[in-house]
Amino acid sequence: MMKISFTINKKPTTVEVDGNTPLLWVVRDVLDLKGTKFGCGKAACGACTLHVDGEAIRSCSYAVKFVEGKEVTTIEGLGNADNLHPVQQAWIEEIVPQCGYCQIGFMMATAAMLEKIPQPTDEDIDNNIVNICRCGTHYRMRKAIHRAAEIKNQSPQNQTS
Amino acid sequence: MRSKQKVLLLTAGLIGSMILLFGYASPPNTPTLPAEEESLQTGLEAFDKMMAVLTHKRCVNCHPSGDRPRQGEDSHLHNFGVERGPDNHGVAALRCESCHQAENNNFSGVPGAPEWSLAPLKMAWEGLSRIEIARSMLNPANNGGRNLEETVKHLTEHELVLWAWNPGVDSEGNPREKPPVPKDEYIKAVKEWAAAGAPIPEE
Repeated sequence: MMKISFTINKKPTTVEVDGNTPLLWVVRDVLDLKGTKFGCGKAACGACTLHVDGEAIRSCSYAVKFVEGKEVTTIEGLGNADNLHPVQQAWIEEIVPQCGYCQIGFMMATAAMLEKIPQPTDEDIDNNIVNICRCGTHYRMRKAIHRAAEIKNQSPQNQTS
Repeated sequence: MRSKQKVLLLTAGLIGSMILLFGYASPPNTPTLPAEEESLQTGLEAFDKMMAVLTHKRCVNCHPSGDRPRQGEDSHLHNFGVERGPDNHGVAALRCESCHQAENNNFSGVPGAPEWSLAPLKMAWEGLSRIEIARSMLNPANNGGRNLEETVKHLTEHELVLWAWNPGVDSEGNPREKPPVPKDEYIKAVKEWAAAGAPIPEE
């Protein structure tokens, strides 16, 4: 057991767990944030995607000991009903989810991509967003990603003075 | 002394001298290699050992000649369309570090080591003969500007290189195959090869 201190959705926190526990289980079971999902446990599907220091990380394959001193962002911290993240807003507008299970991972991967590629092409989307969706909602996801980029680039903090 | 005795004494002396002169001579034709030839031979044997490791899939899977890493015992193209990206660490939302950390993760079967990433294209080994790999390794234009000493240090001390002997298990829990030469022997071979002047055989 070890104490690991980090911020979770901008809130400082300390957990005392076995350092090799996957971050996914610390987030879900210790911190009670159920948005991030278990899909495969082998970093193959992306359902567990969250951000560590702004980078998309597959939390099922990330030992919590590596998160010491870092900033973790889950879907709960991406935005909320009063202050939607552009990705969340676009996902609602385009009515993307079917069963919804994989969608958190897709949204987190998309949010991470848009920080680095503000106007992704379809090829950028193909290369960066490789999560698995068994319902096949990819077509609406692609539209939502383009829409999210549009919303983000129109937002006040992105306007040039 | 009588003359007969003198003759006997002289003969004995001559025979004795002959024995002394020739009796302790070296046995005929024991071949000995000159020092340089022996050193070259050692260097080439060490080269074979070193290259048996460096051409193993644990190394070549991440020294591809294109923009896709390979994975697995059959060196198939890495799943999920993972690619090199602009800095050998993947693309914006699919970095190597998205899944690979500084240690193996034996829960998920994802291997890990510090600085997990693709070797730069200049260090591509996929499809190269061991002679071509060795020449590339010694070329500062390809090896990141390293001299022989720095190359040896990289080959024998870098954690990502030495990961090959601690490759963890895959997602089914099966241990990954290690290179065919034990780590200590490999390190010794690299140093012997360098000490012999880093010879590369003509093939």
